[in-house]
Amino acid sequence: MNDFLPTETVGSQAASATDHLFYALLGISVAVVLLVSGLILVFSIRYRRGSKADRSELPPILQREVEIGWTLATLFLFLSIFGWAVSENFSFGTVPTNGLEIHVVAKQWMWKLQHPGGQREINALHVPVNKPVRLIMNSEDVIHSFYVPSFRLKQDVVPGLTTQLVFTPIKVGTFRLLCAEYCGTDHSAMTGKIVVMTPEDYSRWLDTSPASEDLVAQGRDIFTRLGCAGCHDARAAVRAPDLKGVFGQPVPLADGTVVQADETYLRDSILQPRKQIVAGFDPVMPSFAGRLSDAELETVIAYLKSLADTDGDTR
Amino acid sequence: MSDATLDIEGLHDAGPDYLRAGHSVLSWLGAIDHKRIAILYAASTTFFFFVGGMAATMIRAELVAPQGHFFTNDTYNKLFTLHGIVMVWFFLVPVIPTTLGNFLLPLMLGARDLAFPRLNLFSWYLNIAGGALTIAAILFGGVATGWTFYEPFTSFYANGYVTLALMGVFVVGFSTIATALNFIVTIHTLRAPGLTWMRLPLFVWSLYATSLIMILATPVLAITLLLVAAERVFDVAVFDPTRGGDPILFQHLFWFYSHPAVYIMILPGMGVVTEIITCFARRRVFGYATMVMALLAIAVIGFFVWGHHMFVSGQSSYSNLIFSFLSFMVAVPSAIKVFNWTATLYRGQITFEASMLYALGFVGLFTMGGLTGLFLASVPIDVHVTDTYFVVAHFHYIMVGGMVSAFFGGLHFWWPKITGRLYSENWARTAAMLMFLGFNLTFFPQYIMGYLGMPRRYHTYPPEFQVYHVMSSLGAVVLAVAYLLPLFYLTASLFRGRIAGANPWDSTGLEWTTTSPPPEHNFHTTPRITRGPYGYHPPGEAARV
Ligand code: HEC
Ligand SMILES: [Cu+2]
Ligand SMILES: [Cu+2]
Repeated sequence: MNDFLPTETVGSQAASATDHLFYALLGISVAVVLLVSGLILVFSIRYRRGSKADRSELPPILQREVEIGWTLATLFLFLSIFGWAVSENFSFGTVPTNGLEIHVVAKQWMWKLQHPGGQREINALHVPVNKPVRLIMNSEDVIHSFYVPSFRLKQDVVPGLTTQLVFTPIKVGTFRLLCAEYCGTDHSAMTGKIVVMTPEDYSRWLDTSPASEDLVAQGRDIFTRLGCAGCHDARAAVRAPDLKGVFGQPVPLADGTVVQADETYLRDSILQPRKQIVAGFDPVMPSFAGRLSDAELETVIAYLKSLADTDGDTR
Repeated sequence: MSDATLDIEGLHDAGPDYLRAGHSVLSWLGAIDHKRIAILYAASTTFFFFVGGMAATMIRAELVAPQGHFFTNDTYNKLFTLHGIVMVWFFLVPVIPTTLGNFLLPLMLGARDLAFPRLNLFSWYLNIAGGALTIAAILFGGVATGWTFYEPFTSFYANGYVTLALMGVFVVGFSTIATALNFIVTIHTLRAPGLTWMRLPLFVWSLYATSLIMILATPVLAITLLLVAAERVFDVAVFDPTRGGDPILFQHLFWFYSHPAVYIMILPGMGVVTEIITCFARRRVFGYATMVMALLAIAVIGFFVWGHHMFVSGQSSYSNLIFSFLSFMVAVPSAIKVFNWTATLYRGQITFEASMLYALGFVGLFTMGGLTGLFLASVPIDVHVTDTYFVVAHFHYIMVGGMVSAFFGGLHFWWPKITGRLYSENWARTAAMLMFLGFNLTFFPQYIMGYLGMPRRYHTYPPEFQVYHVMSSLGAVVLAVAYLLPLFYLTASLFRGRIAGANPWDSTGLEWTTTSPPPEHNFHTTPRITRGPYGYHPPGEAARV
C-alpha cells in the first residue's frame, strides 16, 4: 500500500483507518471512471456517424427501468460509503480519559506547547509511543490549523475557542507538523515536528528538559495574584461561586439553561463573564480579557481543573 | 428539423444583423441588445481570465523550486489571493450566463430580448465597476487575505487595500443578482407560444436553476462582506473573538454563499454540454425530465451542504455528520447527469467536432472531480486532506476541467451563430486535446501531493513534493498554450473564416433557425413551438444521418 505513497508513513491509529477508507474509495472511483470513459469510448467507435451498428429504438419502459436502476444503485453506493466513513469517524474521535494532556498555543507564526509537568517547547512536541495524547489548543491571534500528515489528522486552532485533537502515535520517529490554515505572511514557515519516543526515552527527555514548575502551580499563583481568590474564596466578602469541582459538572445559568463546564466554558467565564451568568449570582465579575496571556490562561484553567480532580463532589 | 415555423422570406428584410446595426463606440457601450451586451461581457470576462491566468502562471513558476526564486512570502500570498478573487467572481461565476446565456437565452425562447434590456446593460457596468475596484486594490499593492477572507485575519491582521477589494466583490455581486433576476423573469414571461416548460432546452433550464441560486445566495455574500468591511473600517466587533464576536460565524456565512456558488459555476456548464452532446450524437437527450429534476435537485440540496468546508473548524461532530450525509446526497443527481450524457451517445450518429471534444472532455474531468468530492464528503478523509492540494485539485477539476471546458465547448459550438463564421476545425480540435492533456498534467499530480500532506497556500514547501510541483508547472505551460491558441484561430476566423450559414451543425435548436449572425430583433416573426427539444429523430425511430 505504501508503495503508492512512498513518503507518507502511518503514524497513528487514525491514519490506517483513514487510509483504508481512502483506498476503498480510490478503487470505486477508478472503477467508475473506467466504466464511464470505457462506455464513451465504445459508443464513440460503435456509433460513429455512418457505422453499421444497430440503432433501433429502445422501448420507453426499458429506458425508465434503466434510469431508476442506476439512480438506486448510486444512492445505495453513496449511502454505504457514508456509513463506513461515519463509523470510522466516531470510533477514533472518542476522547480517552487517561491521555497525556498537552496545551498548545498557536500564534503568528509558531507553535508553543506545554507538557503537564510544565516543560515548554516551541515548534516541537515530544510524546511517548502508544499512549493517547490530547491536545488542548488555543490561538492568540488568527485561525491556524494543527496538521500532522502522518497521523492523517488536522484541527483548526481558533481564537476565542478551545479546540481539541486526540491521537495515539503508534510508531517511533519524527513526523512533520504543519499549519494548514492560511494565517498570513509566514504561513508556510509555521512548521515543526512531532517526535514520538519510546516510553523510556520520553521519561529521560522529560527529566533532562528544563521543567519549569508545573502548570497547576503556576495557575494557582496567577489565581491569587489577579485577585480571583478575593471573590471566589469561601471566606470572601463578595458572593461568588465556589470553584472547587466546577470542571466537568453541569452549571445552571441565570437564563434557565444548563451548560457543561468544559474548557471553553471556563475560558469564557474568565474572558467574557457576562456571556453566561451562573444562576443565583450577580454579574459582578470583571472581564480578564487582555490581562492574561493565552499561556497564562491555560495555567489558570489547569489549576481550576485540578480542583475538580482532588475533591470532585463539593458541588 | 426545427419546430419553429420560419418565415425565410421575411428574414431578408429583417434589417441588418446585430453586428452591423451600428458601428460607433456608443452603439456598443450604450447597447441594450442582449447580443451586444453578451459581446461586452465576453470582452470583460476574457480580460479577467487572462489577469487571473497571469497570476496562476506566476504561482506555478514560483513553485518549481521548494524555496521559490522570484517572490517574497507576501507577494506570493497576494498572487494566490488575486488569482482566486478574479477567477471566481470575475470569470467563473459570470462567464457562461453573461456571455453565452445572454446571447442565447432570448434566441432559445423565441424572444426579442431579455425582459429588462436596460438592467442587462446596467449589470455589465456594475461588473466593470466591481472589476475596477478590485484591479485598483491590486495596483495599489495587492491584498493577501486569500479569496476566502477568513476572520479574524481579514479584519485585524491583513494589510493593504482589503476594503477596496471587498467592495469590488460586493459590487460585482449586484451585477450577478441583476442578471439572475433578468433571466428568471425572461424565462417566466417571454417564452414563445407553445414553448412549455418541459419543451425548454436544458441550457435554459440550467440558467434557470443557476439564477435561482444566484438570487438567493449572493445577498448573503454581500451582507457578509459588508460586515467584514464594517469591522475593518469602523471597528464594529462582529467576528472579533476578543470582544465576543465569532470567527466561525464568518465561515458559516461565507460558505452558505460559496458552496452554492460552486453550482452557480458548474450548472451552466452542464447545460452547455448537454446541448453539444445531443447535437453531435444526433440523439434526443436521454432522460430529459430526469435531467431537469437533477438540475433543480442540485440547486436545492446545494444550499444545505456548506458545513462540509468546516469539518476541522471546531464544528460539532453531529453537524459534521449531517453535512457529510447531505454532501453525499447532492452527489446523486450529479452522478445521474453523467450517466445520462453517456447514455445519450448510445445508438447515435456521432461526429467529433471540436466542441464535441470539449464536451466529452468535460464529462471525463467532471466525473473525476465529482468522485473526489465523495472523498471530501467523508469526514475522516477530509480531516486529512482539507486545506491541502487534494482540495485544490478537486475544485480545479470541477471549475477548470469542468466549467472552463464547457465554456470553450459552448464558445466553439455557438461561434458560427455569434459571428457568422466558421473557424479552423483542425486547430480547434488540437486546442481541445491540448487542453485536456495539459489540464490533467497540471492537476492530477496535485491529488497525489495533497494526499501526501502538501498544504495549500504554501509559498515554500518540503523538497519531497518538488517532483509533483514540477509536473504541475509543466502541465500549466501546456494549458497556457491551449488557452492562447483559440485567441489566434478564432480571431483569424473573423476575417478569413468560411461563412457559416444559419445552421452549420444541423442542430434542432430554435437559435439556429434564424440567420447567423442574428438580426437585431432575433426573429422576424415570433416562432411557434409544437414539439419538445432535440427532435434529432422521431421518437421510436432510429437516429438518422
Ligand atoms: C469581583 C469578584 C470576582 C472576581 C475578582 C473574580 N470572579 Fe469569577 N465570578 C464572580 C461571580 C459573582 C461569578 C458568578 C456570576 C457569573 O457567572 O458571572 C463568577 C463566576 C466565575 C466562574 C464560573 C463559575 C461557575 O460556577 O460556573 C469562573 C470559572 C470564574 N468566575 C473564575 C474566575 C477567575 C479565574 C478569576 C480571576 C482571574 C475570577 N473569577 C475573578 C466574581 C468574581
Ligand atoms: Cu498558518
Ligand atoms: Cu462546498
